[in-house]
Amino acid sequence: MKDSEITECLKKQFSDDIFEVDISSDMLTVTVAHPVIHEIIRFLKEDPFLNFMFLTTLCGIHYPDRGLPLGVIYHLHNFYENKRIRIKTFLSLNNPKIATVTDLFATANWMERETYDFYGIIFEGHPNLKRILNVDYLDYFPMRKEYPLEDPTREDKDDRYFGR
Amino acid sequence: MESKKPIYTKVDPPEGYMAPGLFATTFDKVIGIARKNSIWPLPFATSCCGIEFMATMGAHYDLGRFGSERLSFSPRQADLLMVMGTIAKKMAPVVQQVYHQMAEPRWVLAVGACAASGGIFDTYSVLQGIDRIVPVDVYVPGCPPRPEQIIDGFMKIQELVGKESLRRRYSMEYKELLDKYGIL
Repeated sequence: MKDSEITECLKKQFSDDIFEVDISSDMLTVTVAHPVIHEIIRFLKEDPFLNFMFLTTLCGIHYPDRGLPLGVIYHLHNFYENKRIRIKTFLSLNNPKIATVTDLFATANWMERETYDFYGIIFEGHPNLKRILNVDYLDYFPMRKEYPLEDPTREDKDDRYFGR
Repeated sequence: MESKKPIYTKVDPPEGYMAPGLFATTFDKVIGIARKNSIWPLPFATSCCGIEFMATMGAHYDLGRFGSERLSFSPRQADLLMVMGTIAKKMAPVVQQVYHQMAEPRWVLAVGACAASGGIFDTYSVLQGIDRIVPVDVYVPGCPPRPEQIIDGFMKIQELVGKESLRRRYSMEYKELLDKYGIL
């Protein structure tokens, strides 16, 4: 299965919603519109030719300087052909909502919880969207790049021991 | 064949009055000596400091020489909580629970930079020193400290244990200290 064949297949089905196709780190990367993410992942999984039956990973990212700063990235794997694909989609900071893929891949459950935990991206339709790694009382999303590296107002660090 | 006499070390007697067939001293001192030479530590090891502790417990450094041959893996029989390693904020209630389950008198040794202050993990997920959740008696610096340093910290604990007044745990000051940490 060639990259061009995969791209062709996707473009035939979702021509308007595919923004960018490139190869990065030897892996086909497709940037898509977020409203169709569920359909695209379903298509990649269920299409008999593409057959991407395994969700390797799902994670978030934050590019504070971009128009749509919050991203969700999916890595899919076709075991038969040993072919991988990366799907990227971007959301606004005000309304970071995206459809869950837990109905397609059960493994997405904890990955989406982690992405919510660190980036505050809300996966609509997720069965149990709550924090997974951080303490429950955390009132912010720590991996967003909106905090200074050294927060002078922090009270949980005693300056005396650090020469500050 | 020449037989070697085994070497026994013994603890010096405390201050007191000695007469033939009689020795008088205070309970404080005798109990202090008994306690300090039979501390049962509970190792709470989460990372590299825990590995150093394994060496400390091993034959070469041998913490057993100080009367701590027997580690207590249940907090209920432990005298000393040795926290060795990074404590994440999510782990904090667990440490506090373990401390809670220990019977009085109890002591705490914070081993390593992380347990003492958060160490290099100046971040949202790490507790910046266990003294934010439980009272600490002795801090051992180092990242990680060598077994000699852990033994030094342990001997400082022994010093505290030996000198502690029997009434300390009933005092108002002690109650206030525990109240400050929200420990009953």
